[in-house]
Amino acid sequence: MSRARIDARFARLREEGRAGFIPYVMAGDPDPETALAILKGLPAAGADLIEVGFPFSDPLAEGPPIQRAAQRALARGMTLQKTLDLVAAFRRSDSETPVILMGYANPLETPGYVAFARDAAAAGVDGLIVVDIPPEEADPLADALDAQDLSLIRLATPTTDDRRLPVVVRRTSGFVYYVSVAGVTGVKEADAGAVAPNVARVRAASGLPVAVGFGVRTEARAAEVARVADAVVVGSALVDEVAAALAANEDVTDRVLTKVAGLAKSVRTARTSSVGA
Amino acid sequence: MNQITTPNDYSAYPDASGRFGDYGGRYVPETLMPLVHELEAAFRLAMADPAFHAELDGYLKHYVGRPSPMYFAERLTQKFGGAKIYLKREELNHTGAHKINNCMGQILLAMRMGKTRIIAETGAGQHGVATATVCARFGLPCVVYMGAVDVERQKPNVFRMNLLGARVEPVTSGSSTLKDAMNEALRDWVTNVDDTYYLIGSAAGPHPYPEMVREFQAVMGREARAQILEAEGRLPDAVVACVGGGSNAIGTFHPFLNDEGVRLIGVEASGDGMDTKRHAAAINGGRPGVLHGNRTYLIQDEVGQITEAHSISAGLDYPGIGPEHAFLHDVGRTEYLTCTDREALEAFRLCAELEGIIPALETSHALARLPQICAELGPEGIVVVNLSGRGDKDVATVAQALGLSI
Repeated sequence: MSRARIDARFARLREEGRAGFIPYVMAGDPDPETALAILKGLPAAGADLIEVGFPFSDPLAEGPPIQRAAQRALARGMTLQKTLDLVAAFRRSDSETPVILMGYANPLETPGYVAFARDAAAAGVDGLIVVDIPPEEADPLADALDAQDLSLIRLATPTTDDRRLPVVVRRTSGFVYYVSVAGVTGVKEADAGAVAPNVARVRAASGLPVAVGFGVRTEARAAEVARVADAVVVGSALVDEVAAALAANEDVTDRVLTKVAGLAKSVRTARTSSVGA
Repeated sequence: MNQITTPNDYSAYPDASGRFGDYGGRYVPETLMPLVHELEAAFRLAMADPAFHAELDGYLKHYVGRPSPMYFAERLTQKFGGAKIYLKREELNHTGAHKINNCMGQILLAMRMGKTRIIAETGAGQHGVATATVCARFGLPCVVYMGAVDVERQKPNVFRMNLLGARVEPVTSGSSTLKDAMNEALRDWVTNVDDTYYLIGSAAGPHPYPEMVREFQAVMGREARAQILEAEGRLPDAVVACVGGGSNAIGTFHPFLNDEGVRLIGVEASGDGMDTKRHAAAINGGRPGVLHGNRTYLIQDEVGQITEAHSISAGLDYPGIGPEHAFLHDVGRTEYLTCTDREALEAFRLCAELEGIIPALETSHALARLPQICAELGPEGIVVVNLSGRGDKDVATVAQALGLSI
């Protein structure tokens, strides 16, 4: 499946004339069992694709919410291998929703790219985003993923100018992730007006759908971005729900899935509801 | 530049992509890639510009106080009864350590690039003080990220930075030490891409930093090479330096890399000992991985999570090592020994008592391996040690470790 699963999902979104919603959840947050329950509930709550973070001790592009999520997951013993186990368990109940892993280079170095790609494909992973492997360093990883038909999904950012864009989208597939703010996750807010021309630019250069993330927290902002992008990613606002539910001793799965449902609805209806609604 | 002319021309790295063999590179988020490319271009232009070198040399001479002396440590030599020991006196620089050599180079570069805000990470506080110093001198605002644990154990340096007008941001994520300060500085840089210059103090980070920091620190090795030739009429048998990130070691070693007969010995901090998990020896106790923009040896667990380093010396308390050291280790050009907290404390005391020089705890790690190195080389041998910093900042830590109150 893999690339085909991502392509099929974006083809369906195009037919439906709407943007997709992509929740980001941290594997093993707040514990492995709850994380699996959340993952299994995401498609019914409105997730079109899913990003699963694999935790790293030193996540240098993350703001405090995802840093804390990684710490919670690591404290409960989450690893890259257990992240793959989580995806494999999810795949037993869902064979259509694409799953993209997102994280940092160092945990991939231990098994090595080739073994990782083989195990990821076997687990039912479809694509990979590695925040600290830019195009200049990506060829060995891209080779390993290509051999398993997995997508290496690239990040384009506000600092990626037209001269650099072709470098960024080389050897990519599935979709391109546009980082809507210069900054870490979960701190600055995206400006939908500034996002629109950049999404168009990245779409033209890559010929691929463009998902927008880093800076989308609210339903209103998600709807704004959904009018101009092919998909909207929300991460920090969801892991904040995990933290809030733990603090309030509430059901973590319910609280996260309720938040996902609200965001997904605003994304689904963004292009048919009136602007500013 | 950097033409690799012979297989053994170890001084010719990194290559065009910032690699020292398998190590180095540019493992940073896409947001930073255009910035590191811009930095490399500006660095190349500056290094090719005689006016840049003239300006830098002027400040190194009149503000930093270079050249630093090469001093024959007669009483340490007598004590160990082996090779002659020479100390390259970097602790006599303005701000009391080698760190300012690099800061002066980078601040001049930052100003050429039109940057108006400086950020830095610091462990012991020596690099933070040096950065705050050059920022004060040139009137640029400065933010220094420092692990909360280090803020606590290096209070005099925090006060110094504040006096110099810098803002010190305590970092409480992770282990609250140097690696976490570096994460936070990188997060600041990703967030403030237009006006901010990240002044890295170690020969680590993404390309071009390892090369750039080495080039600005190589003034130590160039001076040392000329000074020992003048004093002894020949090259030394060994050059010794402590290694955390490795800037003082690489700056001292680099001009000697192609002098085949000169042993280049780095000393890593082994904290409570290599048989414990509480050490900071990336080469002796780690394996290759990717952190803070480069591939190098890292202290990590079996699934690739970075583990906390430990050393009594805040400046060596880092789970990685500069990528050029990783390369030179693999090809066998350099050697890396270790030194425990306890051994470093003993060397600290001995140097103070016998030479009237209070060395930094970092430097004390290099001094602690001298008995063994001097014995191996014998009385005909000559060893140069980089006395990379002074120990005034460490007196409270040392007193505490010795169970004394001051």
